[in-house]
Amino acid sequence: MNRLLRELLDGARDSVSSVGRYALFTGRLLLETPRGLLRFRLVVEQVYNAGALSLVIIMLSGLFVGMVLGLQGFDLLERFGSEESLGTAAALGLVKELGPVVTALLFAGRAGTALASELGLMRATDQLSAMEMMAVDPVRRVVLPRFLGGVIAMPLLAAIFSMIGIFGAQLVGVQMMGVDQGQFWSQMRGAVEHGDVMEGVIKSCVFGVACSAVAVFEGYHAVPTAEGVGRATTRTVVVSSVVVLLLDYMLTAVML
Amino acid sequence: MRATRAIELGTGMFVLLGFAALFFLVTQITNREIGFGDTGFRLTASFEQVGGLKPGAPVSMSGVTVGRVESIGYDFTSYQAQVVLRIDGSYDRIPDDSDASIFTAGLLGGQYVGISPGGSETFFKDGDRIEFTQSAIVLENLISKFLFSRAGEQGTSGSTEETN
Repeated sequence: MNRLLRELLDGARDSVSSVGRYALFTGRLLLETPRGLLRFRLVVEQVYNAGALSLVIIMLSGLFVGMVLGLQGFDLLERFGSEESLGTAAALGLVKELGPVVTALLFAGRAGTALASELGLMRATDQLSAMEMMAVDPVRRVVLPRFLGGVIAMPLLAAIFSMIGIFGAQLVGVQMMGVDQGQFWSQMRGAVEHGDVMEGVIKSCVFGVACSAVAVFEGYHAVPTAEGVGRATTRTVVVSSVVVLLLDYMLTAVML
Repeated sequence: MRATRAIELGTGMFVLLGFAALFFLVTQITNREIGFGDTGFRLTASFEQVGGLKPGAPVSMSGVTVGRVESIGYDFTSYQAQVVLRIDGSYDRIPDDSDASIFTAGLLGGQYVGISPGGSETFFKDGDRIEFTQSAIVLENLISKFLFSRAGEQGTSGSTEETN
């Protein structure tokens, strides 16, 4: 009984301290951000890896999410006889919610795993230790540019996702279902405000920090074995997805 | 060297596309036109009741949008709502005895200000005041008036029955 209690306490302490490790690591990355931006070339390379290489999956997903939204929204709104509001419904749904969240989840799967496994392999093959031996701080040289690349790429990816999604909804709603084109756009323009767009941008910035921090943390602290790298990659996806959905609820509740 | 150049090109295209998307979201799906600020002139109008009118709502004449509602405030000298309208500069021949009313577009649509022209030979200038206004119709007031008048009728007819 005593032993069980102690194990439980140990488990609780471990999970609390892992939250602490996350917070400290993220705090350190944020503190070093100005210095990291000075090494602009390294950051640009990572914006390419995290952003430009994720472009195809983001655009394809955005198109189909928008088209589904067009179909479902039309079916729903038709029951109330207000299918002209399809543009508003699709735009608000995409800009405020689906754009940032789905982009973050896809980002965790596409770029987050790549970051984690890359850093984990660097750890496993002692490249990070070698840098430390040469008095190069691996956090500054390797981790920070990857983190910043993800942070910069995420809002841009989310904006692209939302834009393509709106066109997807327009494709289905106007071209296939016969909603009036003018009504679609003018009702959207009448109802969507700058604040709504800003809400989505703020969300995707926060998700960018969260997803990138999780990915580089898991990769950097991976157990230096083949299994450890695999586990770090899995944990990246799981932890980022949960964190994104949790943060999404809190941000929505605050900004609504 | 070639590899870095490809990376730069790819990143550049990605960043440009991203900002183009942001620009699209900000300008194309919202109605706040950028640079609308300094053209046109302002008119003020006082209303007893503005209902659900909001800044940014259209000002229309015969269904043509000629401007937008710039701000809505409360005037403590006349105890009425003070609405500032910004009219596009090209509509500078609105007679100065025109009247402004608040209408609702459709049954559940947004509210807008409608101006119907008067017969005066002189036209509105910047800063002028629209003297003739008609308030927004608040549906609840209308319903309650209707119900109370019905109740009143029934009450009087009931009392006459009693006296009989």
